[in-house]
Amino acid sequence: MILLGREKPYRREMTSGNLAFAEAMRQINPDVVAAYPITPSTEIPMKFAEFVADGLTDTEFIAVESEHSAITACVGASVSGARVMTASSANGIALMHEIFPIAAMFRAPIVLGLVNRTMGAPLNIHCDHSDSMPERDSGWIQIYCEDAQEVYDTVLLAVRLAEHRDVLTPVFVCQDGFITSHCYEPVEFLSDEIVRNFVGTREPFWPLLDVDVPVSYGSFVMSEDYFEIKRTQLEGMSNVPRVCGELSRELAFVTGREYGAVERCMTDDADYVVVVMSSAAGVAKDVVDSLRGRGVKAGCLRVRMFRPFPYDEVRDVLGDKLGVAVLDRSVSPGGAPPLAAEVRTALYDCPRRVPVASYIFGLGGRDFFPADAEMVFEDLAEGRSGFAGYIGLRDKYARGRRAV
Amino acid sequence: MSAVNLRELTRRDNPLCEGHRMCPGCGAPTALRQAFMGIESPVVVTGATGCMEVSTTVYPYSAWRVPFMHVAFENAGAAISGVEAAHRALRRRGMFRDGIKFVAFGGDGGTYDIGLQSLSGALERGHDITYICYNNQGYMNTGAQRSGATPRSASATTSPAGAKLPGKLQKQKNLTEIAAAHGIPYVAQTTLHNPTDVIAKVKRAVETPGAAFVNILVPCPLFWKIDPADQTRICRLAADSRFWPVYEVICGEYKLSYEPKKPLPIEEFLRPQGRYAHLFRAYAERADLIKEAQSDVDSDWERLKSRCG
Amino acid sequence: MSAELKCWQDFPPGGIAFGATARQVETGLWRSMRPVLDAVRCVSCLRCWVQCPDASIITDSDARVSGVDFFFCKGCGLCAKVCPAGAIVMRPEAEFLNEPCGAVQGTSPEGR
Repeated sequence: MILLGREKPYRREMTSGNLAFAEAMRQINPDVVAAYPITPSTEIPMKFAEFVADGLTDTEFIAVESEHSAITACVGASVSGARVMTASSANGIALMHEIFPIAAMFRAPIVLGLVNRTMGAPLNIHCDHSDSMPERDSGWIQIYCEDAQEVYDTVLLAVRLAEHRDVLTPVFVCQDGFITSHCYEPVEFLSDEIVRNFVGTREPFWPLLDVDVPVSYGSFVMSEDYFEIKRTQLEGMSNVPRVCGELSRELAFVTGREYGAVERCMTDDADYVVVVMSSAAGVAKDVVDSLRGRGVKAGCLRVRMFRPFPYDEVRDVLGDKLGVAVLDRSVSPGGAPPLAAEVRTALYDCPRRVPVASYIFGLGGRDFFPADAEMVFEDLAEGRSGFAGYIGLRDKYARGRRAV
Repeated sequence: MSAVNLRELTRRDNPLCEGHRMCPGCGAPTALRQAFMGIESPVVVTGATGCMEVSTTVYPYSAWRVPFMHVAFENAGAAISGVEAAHRALRRRGMFRDGIKFVAFGGDGGTYDIGLQSLSGALERGHDITYICYNNQGYMNTGAQRSGATPRSASATTSPAGAKLPGKLQKQKNLTEIAAAHGIPYVAQTTLHNPTDVIAKVKRAVETPGAAFVNILVPCPLFWKIDPADQTRICRLAADSRFWPVYEVICGEYKLSYEPKKPLPIEEFLRPQGRYAHLFRAYAERADLIKEAQSDVDSDWERLKSRCG
Repeated sequence: MSAELKCWQDFPPGGIAFGATARQVETGLWRSMRPVLDAVRCVSCLRCWVQCPDASIITDSDARVSGVDFFFCKGCGLCAKVCPAGAIVMRPEAEFLNEPCGAVQGTSPEGR
C-alpha cells in the first residue's frame, strides 16, 4: 500500500508544531476551515491560508471576525456534512466555550488545533494548560501531544476518530504554545497519497444539507427528554478508547509510530513515577534516564489522552508504586489541580494506598528544568504526598526549587 | 418589484408549518411565513435563540419542513456562513442538491444587540445568504426587556415607565442603515402593513447573489400591549406615520417602497399601544415626549428622503 | 404526544428532531374564540390566508378559502380583522361545546 504511490512515501523536514499541523491540514484537504488569529495558534490558519491562496487545497476557508464565529461556522459546516478543522488558543478557546458543548451534543466532528497558552489576566502569551483544562467537561476529546511529530500524527488520527460512526465527537489536538508550536525539530511527513488514503472522505450522519430528509438541530428540550438526549451524547465518548486503539494501530502501520492513551517510560519496575503531560514529559524522561544511570528506579508516565481519561491504564501503571508525583500546568484555585485529581481518582480503587504528591509548574511559560524533575524524585524518595508546592516560583520562603 | 400572485402561493408548502407554539396573533410567524412564501428553491434555515426558535422546535416536534439549525443566541450569522460554505465545498464533491438557498433569522435582540458582530462578519464576507430580522423591538423570549431596537419612551421591563423615568431614554439604533453600510447588494426594511411587500422583498433578497438583509417590524401583542387581532393595523400605522419607513437599498441605491400620501402624526401609532400608555394619562399627558417622538420620526424621514435622491 | 416515555437508547443521535412533526401538535386547544366563516360573503381575497400566523386558513385547489383548521387555529381573531368583506366573525368557543374540538370547518387538509 505504501509503495504504490509515485511520491516518496515519507519525507523528513525541519518544522514546527504549528507548521506540522498546517501541513497535515493541507494533506487532509478539509471541506471547511473557519479560523481567527490568536497567538500562538495564528500560524496554523496563516499557513493554511497560503495553501488556499496557492490553490493547493480546495477548502472553503472562512476568515471570520471572532473565535465565537469560527467555532459556530465550524459547527454549521460540520452539521451540514463537511469535514471541518480550525485552531485556537487561550482567550480564543474561552470565547468559543459556549459553543463547545453544543458541538458535542450535535455530534459534530471537528478537529481543533489547540495551542496551549495561559488565560489572562495578567496578559501572557506563553504556555500553560489553563485554556484547555476548563474545557474538560465540554464533551470534546482532548489529546495532548509532546512534540511536532506527534502533533502531525495525531491530526491525521483525530480526523478519523472524530468522524467515526461510533464516536462522532469533536477533538482538541493540544500542543504546548511556543515550546512545541514554534520550535523547529525534524518531522517525518507521509506522502499526500498515503494521508488521503488514510483519512478518506467523511460520510455524514443526518446531514443538515439533505433537503429531502429535513431534520432540525438544536431543539428546545424540556426536562422529560433532556437527560435521555444528553445520555446519547456520552455514548460517543465511551467508544473512544476502542475506536482510538483500532485507528492508532491502523495509522502505526503506515507511520511506524503508535500512541496509546498514556506513554510509559521505564514505569514497569519503577518505584517512583512522575506523571506529566505534553512537552514537559521530554525533560522528565531525560531525568528518568539519568537517574536510572545512578541506580534510582525512576519512571515517567505521560498522559496523552485527558478526555476520555484513561483511568484503567493509569491505575495499572501506578497501582504498585512507592510514590507518584503529578505535575499540573494549570491551577484550579481552591481545588485539586486537574491532572492530580484524575490520577488520585484512578488510584482510589487500588487495594494499597499509593502516596500522590501534587505540584504546579510552568504557569505562563515558566521553564521546567531537569533540576526541577530531579527535585520531584527526591521528594518522592522522602515520602512526600499531598500538595507539594509550586515548582520554579520565586518565594521568600522557598526551599530550593520549590515554594509551598 | 416583481408581482406577487397569492393564488399561486397557496399551492406551495411553507417551510414554516402549523403546530408551532408562538402566541396567538404574534407578528413573527406571520412575517416569517410571508418571507418564505416567495422562495421557490429549497432552503436551509438557521435561527438565533428567541421566541421563534424556541416555539418552533419544542422537542420532539419541529415546525420546520426544511432543514433547520439553532446553535445559540449571538451567532445565527456565523452559523449560516458555515452551512453555506459547506454547501459550496460539498457540491464540488457532488454531494447534496444544487441551488439551495440559505436563510438566517433572529429577533432584534439576536440581531441588533448580541448578534450584531456575527451578522456584520457574515455580511462583510459576502456569503450568499439572506438574514431576516423579525424586529419586535425588545427581548420578548425573556419577558419584554429593552433592546437596542426599543424606541424612545417605550416602557419595557428593563426600562419601565416609573415615577421618575418615562420608559426608555434612548432612541433605537438604525440597524438597516448599519447593514446597508456594509455595501452588500440588497438591504430592505418593511413591516406587515402589506403582505406582498414582505414576500417580494425576501424573494428579491434570496434571489440576489451575495449577502442580503431584511428588517421586518413585527408587533408582539404582549409587549406592545395591543389586541392580538390588531397586528396588521398597527403595522399600517407604523408605515403611515413614517415611524417605520418601508424602503430598499439595492446596490447602494436607496428607494422608498411606500410613501404615505398623508402622513399620520406619530401619536396615532403610539396611542393604541400599552407600552406608551404613560404618555397619554389623563391630566398627565407627556406632550413633550410625544413631540420628541415626532421629531425623531421627522429627522429620520428627512435623512432617508435625502438618501433616496 | 405519546404516552409512553422512551429510553435513551431510542433517541436519535445529536438531539435531532424530524421535519414538520409539529403538525401533530393541537394548538387549537388554546382557543377561546372561534372564527366562523361565511362562505357566501367570502371573496377569497386571501388576506386572512396570507396573514394567519398559524397557517390555519384552508384553501382549495382553486385557491379559494374553504375553511379554518381548528386543530391549529389559536383564535387570535386576526383573520376577522383583516377581512374586507366581513365574512369572518369571532364567536366564543362555549357556543360550540357539542362539536369535537379538533374539527375542521370546510375541507380537511391533507397529510395530517
